[in-house]
Amino acid sequence: MRAVKLSKQVLSGELPLNILHEINFEVAAGESLAIVGASGSGKSTLLGLLAGLDVPSSGSVWLAGADLFALDEDGRARLRGELAGFVFQSFQLLPALTALENVMLPLELRGASDARQRAGISLEQVGLSARAHHLPKHLSGGEQQRVALARAFVSQPKILFADEPTGNLDAATGAQVIDLMLELNRVQGTTLILVTHDELLSKRCGKQLRLEAGRMVD
Amino acid sequence: MSIFRLSINLLRRDWRAGEWRVLLLALVLAVGSLATVGLFADRVRQALWQQATSLLGADMRITSTRELPPFYREAAEARGLQAVESRTFPSMVAYREQVLLAEIQAVEAGYPLRGKIEIDDGNGGRVRSALSLQPSTSKGEGVVERGTVWADERLMRRLDLRVGEEVSLGAQRFVVAARIVKDIDQTIGFASFAPRVLMNEADLAATGLIQEGSRISYRLMVAGEAAQVVALRGQWLPRLSGNERLEDVTDARPEIRTALERAEHFLGLAALTAAILAGVAMALTARRYVARHLDGCAVMRCMGAQQGQLLRLFLYQFVLVGLLAVLAGSLLGYVTQAILIESIATMREADLPQPGMLPVLKAGASGFALLIGFAFLPLLQLRRVSPLRVLRREMGSPTVSGWLIYGLAILVLAILFLWQAGTLQLGLTVLGGLLSGLLVFGVLAWLMLQGLARHANLFGARHALNNLARHGRSTAVQVVALSLGGMALLLLTLVRGDLLQSWQGKLPADTPNRFVVNIQPDQRQAVLDFVVAQQLPSPQLLPMVKGRLLAINERAINGESYADTRAQGLVEREFNLSYADRMPQWNELVSGRWWSQGENGQLSVEEGIAKTLNIHLGDELTYDVAGSRFSARVTSLRKVQWDSMQVNFFVIGTPGLLQDYPSSYLTSFHLPPDKVRAGDELVRAFPNLLVIDTGAAIAQVRNIIEQVSQTVSVVFLFTLLSGVVVLYAALLSTQDERVHQVAILRTLGADSAYLRRLHLGEFAVLGLLSGLFAAASAALLGWVLAYYILEIPYQSNSMVWLSGMLGGVVLVMLAGWLNTRRLVEMSPMRILRGE
Repeated sequence: MRAVKLSKQVLSGELPLNILHEINFEVAAGESLAIVGASGSGKSTLLGLLAGLDVPSSGSVWLAGADLFALDEDGRARLRGELAGFVFQSFQLLPALTALENVMLPLELRGASDARQRAGISLEQVGLSARAHHLPKHLSGGEQQRVALARAFVSQPKILFADEPTGNLDAATGAQVIDLMLELNRVQGTTLILVTHDELLSKRCGKQLRLEAGRMVD
Repeated sequence: MSIFRLSINLLRRDWRAGEWRVLLLALVLAVGSLATVGLFADRVRQALWQQATSLLGADMRITSTRELPPFYREAAEARGLQAVESRTFPSMVAYREQVLLAEIQAVEAGYPLRGKIEIDDGNGGRVRSALSLQPSTSKGEGVVERGTVWADERLMRRLDLRVGEEVSLGAQRFVVAARIVKDIDQTIGFASFAPRVLMNEADLAATGLIQEGSRISYRLMVAGEAAQVVALRGQWLPRLSGNERLEDVTDARPEIRTALERAEHFLGLAALTAAILAGVAMALTARRYVARHLDGCAVMRCMGAQQGQLLRLFLYQFVLVGLLAVLAGSLLGYVTQAILIESIATMREADLPQPGMLPVLKAGASGFALLIGFAFLPLLQLRRVSPLRVLRREMGSPTVSGWLIYGLAILVLAILFLWQAGTLQLGLTVLGGLLSGLLVFGVLAWLMLQGLARHANLFGARHALNNLARHGRSTAVQVVALSLGGMALLLLTLVRGDLLQSWQGKLPADTPNRFVVNIQPDQRQAVLDFVVAQQLPSPQLLPMVKGRLLAINERAINGESYADTRAQGLVEREFNLSYADRMPQWNELVSGRWWSQGENGQLSVEEGIAKTLNIHLGDELTYDVAGSRFSARVTSLRKVQWDSMQVNFFVIGTPGLLQDYPSSYLTSFHLPPDKVRAGDELVRAFPNLLVIDTGAAIAQVRNIIEQVSQTVSVVFLFTLLSGVVVLYAALLSTQDERVHQVAILRTLGADSAYLRRLHLGEFAVLGLLSGLFAAASAALLGWVLAYYILEIPYQSNSMVWLSGMLGGVVLVMLAGWLNTRRLVEMSPMRILRGE
């Protein structure tokens, strides 16, 4: 993944507000990158741009050789479907779906015929086979995040985007989830882009990118 | 796996979570109510058609004073239609020393082709002739046997005759084999008061009654496939000569037709009310569905779902739910209609054919239209969800133009209304009224909420009022939705009873049931004296002049000037004209003005016939009366209530225009059952008079009203259920927001007593406003139904207002409390986790 002069500006009233200013970096396949910074520093905005969830004011992002912003909205969605997995701070499980069904969803969207079987294996990898048929509201926060991890890894993504994956968890559960994520990352050789304000966690990644008021500081 | 299978899986999962229940229920109710009314109206129409054809004894017939040319019968038989002929003539019936003038009808085997003659042959009371409502398959079944006659009640009564005794007709003696209990085949509108005798055509020659110069009415009756009858009509019409008269069911009494039309419009609009309520419930549910699926869609977008995929994902679910609802609704409609027919004695006995599929298809199509109009567009928003929402929860929902959403819903409603209401004016009036009502109520609710919030301290419910006012727009929507539900409840309980009572009141017990025609000018006083002597109220005699319409604005017209067969029939026979200084009180002026005393040369035309014949205010009409012509201008159009059973005229002129032409008089009065003999005596005293018994027609109109009353109760039950669904959906629409709010307030230290007070306060205000608007709209809709459809005066019932507001407060508070009572006792964490 490569970001080139990536900038994002929004209008705040009449005045332009720089959220991100000319961000440049490169992450090789299988590497891990932690984006750190204080609240409001632009971390989530950057992650959104890198995953093609939002469009920049200027600059470009190259993912697996494709210029993300040369594609249209559906083109970016297709690329995400093929390459990317996501883990969010608020888990983002679909409330009407059981743990297993949530994990099946990305496979079903791609039309995979063995979704149930693969989702079962993925749940087993995160140690939640016993909870496969529970609805999210009947799972603890840590369990929900493990379901989210199973969902992210089930399609064997080339790149995983994680937005504050431990933000809603206590320290011990957070540590377990991180161990699991890094382990899956290592086993599957996935590139990891992680947003966090947890310094300890960021240190466990191969690279760090620190943001302050929308600028890279080191 | 295909998107279709994924849709089904998601549908199944959402179904399990209860997301679709309200929408499905609403749609089932909408389709169910429309199908019930459609199917029921279809069968009522069939029943009335059967009743009308049974009055004729055939599908169509020609009557003539001369022998009919063979062409008519040949043409009918060539089309595969059944045909029978009869001859009717006046003759004396002799029994012992008495003689009585009767109307003798000699009939062929196969008579009648439609309907049943009920007879009593003296063995075991009532016997029905074996003739079915379908054309009889084996000819001669049930016909009068040779050597016998059937005589009607009046003949038996006047001659004191019994079944099995002999009477003389001309040179022959006949055994009276049966008494006619219920007759058919009377000239529509002109059932002579002379007693009737039925005999076999084969016996006629031997009586020697038919001779040169005898006054005979020849009649050819046909029945069979409807399309062939219509085609035959077209073939017969141009061949009709002046003394031949064609009749079919389209000539059936206008009073019955009017009652049926009113009934259909009334029921149609009642069903539409249910459909609209269902639409509102669907819109509310769809809104909630969208709000609850935004996150899921954003996640799927992250996982690579494209807009088209998402669209198909939801489209399939919608179509599936729609199909399921349409099927269930149609079934519900079919069953309800069948139960209805079973529960109405007259319809159960009519042995009606099964209803057609068309009403079901129409209801299904309307259901889908509602689904698209009210629920689908909001759903389109889901496909446009930004995937960025997964990172930024605060992002709102993508907007689809409000104009587009509401525009589509209004368009769908407009089409449905026009389809159901039948007339553009009525459809637009009701739709316009409804939309402006909703808008006005919405704005009023918003303004009242802001006003109440400003003076919140005065009411001691500061938090509740402020809370409602802060969400002004969604609260206003909720109030409007709740008031629609409340309106349905009020309509069902209070307004319906008032309306039906007033409608039934239109035909009071003393509604005229006898028409007396052909009163000569010199008999006027004598007839009036006779009626008064019978201790009956003195009736009003109205003059009648026969005239043929020759030209409109000096342009000559005849049957060929019109494409419409009714119009053709009207201009090809003589009109009954009348003259008067004052407009009959049961008529209503629609346009122009009624003449004042002394004005002359003016005509007033009934609006329906004016439309049929393309006559406008200001047109000059030329009539031929007894060989001389006159022309006059149309200065007013009148509305005539045909189902009032009063004497009515299509055209009334100023007295100066018509009073010098030869005229006869006619009148109507009510003959109570215990004075039936007075009718016989009137005819005996004035043999030239024609006394028409309209009791059967009144009974039929009453019958329709009764059938409709029972149907309306069922249709309004659908409206009521839809109303409850709307109430539920309206409360549910703010439920998620309320849950969130409770969690935050609890976290900030609010105790359950405070939360309970807050909620009950909010629900009380919502209930009060909704009840107020519900009463207003129920009163308004009641007035519209009364004024435009049933054409009866409507008095607003003050109970509607009281029950509306009181009921609104109690009901909404109760429902709201039930919905939120668990919330206020739960810990904020459990609430947020959705347990």
